[in-house]
Amino acid sequence: MREILDDIDRWRTDGKKVAVARVVKIEGSGPRDPGAAMAVNEDGEVAGSVSGGCVEGAVVSEALAIIGENAPGRMVTFGYSDDEAFAVGLTCGGIIRLYIEQLDW
Amino acid sequence: MTTTIYQQFTDYLRNETPVALATIIEGPGIGAKLLVSRVAGVETTSGTLGHPELDRVVARDTAGELEAGRTGVRHYGPEGQATPEDLIDTPTVVVFIESFSPAPQMWIFGAVDFTAALGRVAKVLGYRVTVCDAREIFATKRRFPMADEVMVTWPTPVFEKRGSTLGPRDAVCILTHDPKFDVPAIQGALSTSVGYIGVMGSRKTHNKRLERLAEVGVNSPEQLNRLMSPIGLDLGGRTPEETAIAICAEIIARRTGHSATSLKNTDGAIHS
Repeated sequence: MREILDDIDRWRTDGKKVAVARVVKIEGSGPRDPGAAMAVNEDGEVAGSVSGGCVEGAVVSEALAIIGENAPGRMVTFGYSDDEAFAVGLTCGGIIRLYIEQLDW
Repeated sequence: MTTTIYQQFTDYLRNETPVALATIIEGPGIGAKLLVSRVAGVETTSGTLGHPELDRVVARDTAGELEAGRTGVRHYGPEGQATPEDLIDTPTVVVFIESFSPAPQMWIFGAVDFTAALGRVAKVLGYRVTVCDAREIFATKRRFPMADEVMVTWPTPVFEKRGSTLGPRDAVCILTHDPKFDVPAIQGALSTSVGYIGVMGSRKTHNKRLERLAEVGVNSPEQLNRLMSPIGLDLGGRTPEETAIAICAEIIARRTGHSATSLKNTDGAIHS
């Protein structure tokens, strides 16, 4: 999170809405540890990353949806788990659980 | 005007104050936050998860995670119930606790060309870099703009004053090749619990240094085993930059306990 603070501050100074996705859990092989964070602003600009590029595109869509709906935070899972709700997965075969929320706190 | 949790959180991160952020990520109160920071051993808590008992229990656990530098997920009842029996027939509050420890330190002794390259690579890896040399004309901020701190001093007082701040995540790299500087630096580093001590020099320099160390009583296998000397992995690099990569790669491999050979030639999980 530390590495994306300057981008977040810049966006907020410009009056942009921002959502932050954080890796909270990895099952099996995963490229980034819990705590890896990525911020998305309302224009779809991105700072940071949460995987090796496997799920970033889908995270941006989720983040923009949350900003657009002014929705509360939610958990999102990528990978081939019991609930294959999302089409994207990690090529390494792991499962990544993310919490995505608006930065309104 | 009250300061938001986010403002407090980012202030702590920027001042390098140890801080942990607890967020409800599933269940009642989703999104609620508790922030625990520690200054001079005293914990401060702000924010709320919506119930005083839940706040108390999560603050306690968060302080523990911060102390250990751990990040992970914990489960509670809405009123702070934490034992499995208490969690039956009650909605579960899932809390993500994320610890932010200050940047690890790298102390580099010797203000040489290798120092500048190592400092740059160490900054990429997130270290707080201190450069130390007794020679005033070499140890300048202008020569080492990447360093967070440049000190003109002998090693012994630095270790006496600040050695206790070094821990397993930190590194001491001694690049001087000069026994009158590197022997006290090695003695100082060995007196701390620093995770990595690397000492530069050819095999010949290394052997001579072992003699000098024995003269001052540094000769036990435990002590000598802690010294990575000659410093770095055998990558065959020549330039200061390549050497810096070889040193940092060795630091990572020592920390993780991995073999530092090509993955092509090994089996098993890559991320473990």
